[in-house]
Amino acid sequence: MSCQYLLLLLLSVGVSAVEVHRPRGVPLSKRQFYEEDKPFTCLDGSRTIPFDRVNDDYCDCQDGSDEPGTAACPNGSFHCTNAGFRPAFIPSSRINDGICDCCDTTDEYNSGASCQNTCRDLGRKERESLLKMAEIAKEGFQLKQQLIHEAKSGLEDKKLKLSEVQSSKKDLESKVEALRTVKETAEQPEKEAKERHMQAWEGKLGFESISPSTVCKDVSVAELMSHSELDPDSDSSFTEAEAQVLMGGVDKVDLAAFGAVWNNIKEKYLSEVRTYIPAPVETAQEETPVSDNDSDQYPEDDIPEEEEEEDEDDEDDDQDESDYKVRPLSFFITLGWTVLKFEISFDFGPSAEFGYLYSQCYELTTSEYIYRLCPFNRVSQKPKYGGSETNLGTWGKWAGPEDNIYSVMKYEHGTGCWQGPNRSTTVKLTCGKETVVTSTSEPSRCEYLMEFITPAVCQEPANLDSDLHEHEEL
Amino acid sequence: MASFTERMVPVLVLWLAVCLAETWAVDRGNFKTCDQSAFCKRQRALKPGESPYRALLETMELTNTRLTLQLINDNNKVRLLLELYRLQGNITRVKINELKPLKPRYEVPDVLIREPPTEPLSLLSQDENGVVLSLGSESQRVIISARPFRLDIMEGSDVLMSLNSRGLLTFEHLRMRKDTFSYKVTSTVASTTKEEEEKVEDGMWEETFKSHSDSKPNGPSAISLDFSLPGVEHVYGIPEHADTLRLKTTENGDPYRLYNLDVFQYELYNPMALYGAVPVMLAHNTQRTTGIFWLNAAETWVDISSNTAGKTVFGKMLDYVQGSSETPQTDVRWISESGIIDVFLMLGPTPKDVFSQYASLTGTQSFPPLASLGYHQCRWNYNDQEDVQSVDAGFDEHDIPYDFIWLDIEHTDGKRYFTWDPHKFATPKEMLQGLMDKKRKLVAIVDPHIKVDSNYKIHNEIRSKGFYIKNKDGGDYEGWCWPGSASYPDFFRADMRAWWASMFAYDQYEGSMENMYTWNDMNEPSVFNGPEVTMHKDTVHGAWEHRDVHNLYGFYVQMATAEGLIQRSGGIERPFVLTRAFFAGSQRYGAVWTGDNAAEWDHLKISIPMCLSLGLVGISFCGADVGGFFKSPSTELLVRWYQTGAYQPFFRAHAHLDTPRREPWLFGPENTALIREAVRQRYTLLPYWYQQFYHAHRTGEPIMRPLIQLFRKGRHVLKLSVPLMFFNSAAGRDLLVHPVTEEGARGVTAYLPGKDTVWFDIHTFQKHNGAQNLYIPVTMSSIPVFQRGGSIIPRKVRVRRSSTCMEHDPYTLYVALNLQRTAEGELYIDDGHTFNYEKKEFIHRRLSFAKNILSSVNLAPDAQFTTRSWIERVVILGASKPSKVTLQTADGQDSQLEFDFDASMSVLTLRKPGMNAGADWTVMLQ
Repeated sequence: MSCQYLLLLLLSVGVSAVEVHRPRGVPLSKRQFYEEDKPFTCLDGSRTIPFDRVNDDYCDCQDGSDEPGTAACPNGSFHCTNAGFRPAFIPSSRINDGICDCCDTTDEYNSGASCQNTCRDLGRKERESLLKMAEIAKEGFQLKQQLIHEAKSGLEDKKLKLSEVQSSKKDLESKVEALRTVKETAEQPEKEAKERHMQAWEGKLGFESISPSTVCKDVSVAELMSHSELDPDSDSSFTEAEAQVLMGGVDKVDLAAFGAVWNNIKEKYLSEVRTYIPAPVETAQEETPVSDNDSDQYPEDDIPEEEEEEDEDDEDDDQDESDYKVRPLSFFITLGWTVLKFEISFDFGPSAEFGYLYSQCYELTTSEYIYRLCPFNRVSQKPKYGGSETNLGTWGKWAGPEDNIYSVMKYEHGTGCWQGPNRSTTVKLTCGKETVVTSTSEPSRCEYLMEFITPAVCQEPANLDSDLHEHEEL
Repeated sequence: MASFTERMVPVLVLWLAVCLAETWAVDRGNFKTCDQSAFCKRQRALKPGESPYRALLETMELTNTRLTLQLINDNNKVRLLLELYRLQGNITRVKINELKPLKPRYEVPDVLIREPPTEPLSLLSQDENGVVLSLGSESQRVIISARPFRLDIMEGSDVLMSLNSRGLLTFEHLRMRKDTFSYKVTSTVASTTKEEEEKVEDGMWEETFKSHSDSKPNGPSAISLDFSLPGVEHVYGIPEHADTLRLKTTENGDPYRLYNLDVFQYELYNPMALYGAVPVMLAHNTQRTTGIFWLNAAETWVDISSNTAGKTVFGKMLDYVQGSSETPQTDVRWISESGIIDVFLMLGPTPKDVFSQYASLTGTQSFPPLASLGYHQCRWNYNDQEDVQSVDAGFDEHDIPYDFIWLDIEHTDGKRYFTWDPHKFATPKEMLQGLMDKKRKLVAIVDPHIKVDSNYKIHNEIRSKGFYIKNKDGGDYEGWCWPGSASYPDFFRADMRAWWASMFAYDQYEGSMENMYTWNDMNEPSVFNGPEVTMHKDTVHGAWEHRDVHNLYGFYVQMATAEGLIQRSGGIERPFVLTRAFFAGSQRYGAVWTGDNAAEWDHLKISIPMCLSLGLVGISFCGADVGGFFKSPSTELLVRWYQTGAYQPFFRAHAHLDTPRREPWLFGPENTALIREAVRQRYTLLPYWYQQFYHAHRTGEPIMRPLIQLFRKGRHVLKLSVPLMFFNSAAGRDLLVHPVTEEGARGVTAYLPGKDTVWFDIHTFQKHNGAQNLYIPVTMSSIPVFQRGGSIIPRKVRVRRSSTCMEHDPYTLYVALNLQRTAEGELYIDDGHTFNYEKKEFIHRRLSFAKNILSSVNLAPDAQFTTRSWIERVVILGASKPSKVTLQTADGQDSQLEFDFDASMSVLTLRKPGMNAGADWTVMLQ
């Protein structure tokens, strides 16, 4: 925004050097409609009046155009030239109301208000701040380029991993295929029953339709249930309800819903997944909020309590080792794949420039609270002096205006308020060199507002340097 | 602001959530029914019959100014003293007290503006059955019958009012407490020995309600008296109740209750007590209007019965047509817990007379600063200075005028009134200066509960001066309110009030400035953990119990606060103080609002009868929270509420802490425009509102008036279309307002009264005949408002960002002609904010149109004031086209005026006559 204003401003500085005679309050662009000694036609064409009725402090035109310089028309507007600063229109009701609105004082020509011409001052200050902002924007934009670059390689990384995971899945497939062959040949008589069973547990793991074309499926509730290490309340019974909750109440989640679930099980998953996948997902452990002591509650040896297959008992004893290992591994690979797909699915901006915010957290301490913004994850508030944390909303969507959708983030469905809505937070992003939360407020009960600075929103600055110098010499 | 403890007590929160979440209504169990209030139950058990009281005529003494007479109760031989006064202006005062009470009984001070001047009484006749006195020079007489005692006021052969005609006079005399043995005395014993004490009933010496115990050291002390009103079908008044304008009969339920209470989420259409109490009832029929002012500050219940109550409209019509019905009669009975009977019978005969009679007793509406008639933007809470600044800027950005922004309790440092939150409001003067630069103002809340905190200056001073209300054991009373543990200053002490007033001095109230005004909330007083959310009745105010004085607490809080605001300016500036609790006389100190309403259509509707009722008993400066306090209004409701509020005297939007923000521009450009238009209509009419307030201040007449009053001669209107009153409001005499208060309305039907009256739609100038039900199609932008033919209304059509910015702007006169082609109006101008009008610094002109001549003449030749305002336009509705228009000014100069005539609407507009608004001038149409 700064650039256009700056240009306008500079233009006006140049233009104002020449005073053009016209009725009070008329902008230059409309001067031609107000020709002295000729009857004036209201700009809406509704009627024509003698010129001496222009600015005679009586409203003759319905559109207010005959009184550009008085307060007589309820719908009129007054143009201040504001030499040295931006020109402006003000409602004509602000003419001679005793309050200085135009920095060139022209709106208070008959009210006795003692206004000072502050246009040059304002102009200078604005130029300074625009320069400063331009400076920031420039540096910020450079940083942004870097971010975009990093995001690109990060994405490629992830895609690479994804394909790795896919190929390990393919390995699994062939293993399963091999097992199947083994089973089929070794236990021909029981084939039909066996197959049914296979299908049953394959179904559970989401492998029921393994085929060369569809490699992967998303994680299901039943699948999650078989992993008691992810039990959220660690009461050792990982119920379907809990799994449903983890999965956001959707049996087979889509990626968006998975996001919410993933936030719940992420840490537990990460500690688990290391045992199975040599190269863990990129998510850096130390940067995620350490949620108390949950992770300690699951010592390694508790975990591999393998899934309780009810049918297991009435099955034959021909379970071989590889089969035993394959199931959990396949699950985690599937989950890992889902996670990756989930992370890739985020809208990190047109060039993924917001990607660097993912899995980071930023804090702001006020007189009463510590606010924490974890972009694409959640916003929370914790009393400074003890007390539990309150969820001010989890990642919802980009919510800026149509032409600038990436300027506002919306976090929704936080902790509910008594007789009020669920808490939610609007995060306004502005361009800066650093990444920092600058303020928080609660304009309406349980609706929070956060100001957040990041280079990722910086726009490419127009090349102003030369322009600036030229015009300042005027 | 707020009413209750939703945040304070977790247990309660839970409980409320469980029990109230669904119905969202008052918890009736928190408040007493008559049956649960021992004295009410006792008194109400007494049925009409022969009174045990007898007038002892031999004790009668008649001086020039008063008559005294002893009454004796033949059951217990306790004697009472009756005093009867004839007061100037057709008022009769009847006082009854014990002849020799054990200790003095409370008589309400400070409510009457002076000892009312009397007129001579003269004895017309006397025999052993009674006496007849002449009431002044008219044909009015008062007849005192001796056995049983009763009192009738007659005019000619008509009985205007009878007292004790149903034998319900009771006076529980003060007595020594018997030891526990005599508790067992049964009713049989009592009745056999007539001269013995009456039976001792439960609740006479102690009473419990829920977990609260009332010790009642003085025992029973209730009083009661009945009034019969022959010829009266309908009675009005006794606010505050969330009920219809016309009071209902109470035989099948509880009486109307007057006991100032902080009622959480009050229910509509019932007689439960609310925040304020004005014990004044008006009786009205086509011939006469009278009033009863029951001057008692204790808990009071009012029973109403009527012999026509059961009849259908058809039945009444039949009676009317046949002329054969019995005379309608309304019977009223007042019951109070303590004090004396001190009742003023205001005998009219016109509504205007009753208003002026009541005003002569308790004073008129204070004349508020002009700016306070503008729009007020409030919310619990504007969070900090930045928030205030951005809301202020929002009004400019969206070009909506406003005059006051309000700060609720969160602006203080931990609910310590007279302080500021050090983080959120670190530099209040900077904030106030910012508002002042835009000619706007701020209101900050100051509640009467004081945080018990030894680091709080206000608390320490009140405690060290001994100014707190004491509990029955003599210690400072403590209750629970917003700050947690809180004590309550004893506003009944003049020295306490003087100290309180001094706290508003600029050097005492840090951060205050002359554009900051005050809001007194929670002054019933509200005590979260007290019985019925108020103070224990056995707390002590010097010689009196809280029981005796309760309904006066809020009155005194506002009085002391208003006095503080006057004093801080050296007596120059008019104060503005809003109060939630009130009593008779509160009109002298500022504005009231209808408390914590809800964002519901029915609450929008009830705001009309609630403010109408208050206006009838002197309190004109009334409004309801626009948008509704609890809950969140639909956009449609919010817009309709702005449209209604714009035509009510006090115009403030307010919202609960837990509701989403609702500043006028948050609902899309279309709705912003609708709200802007409603607020702008308010501002164009500010000169008229101001003049109406001046008139109310001078005469005591209400500003918002029900149709009954305007057109009392329209017998059919009164007889048959009574329900109209409930939904109509009229601002002043000349505008009839029928705001849309129905969801999804496509039209409203408004009754335009007056057979020979015409009404002009103020937006379209369409003329309508009176005495008809007019169907008006409406859209979301419609606010049906009509100007009465025969009136002249001044407006300022150049709406600016605040009323102060419009000070010097010119006037447009709207002249609406009646069938006789005449019209009259007034124009009042002064500086808008000081008491200098009392020193005759104002302009008051009569504007009249007759015989095609419009003229302005001085109504106050001895007054002096100059204005820069001029007359920019005259719009004559119902005019015919003149051939020329001539203006004649005081210096004898004639000039031709240009004009525009709209033949389709018969509207004549005179272009820019230009004379000064304070000058003499004449405009002739030829």
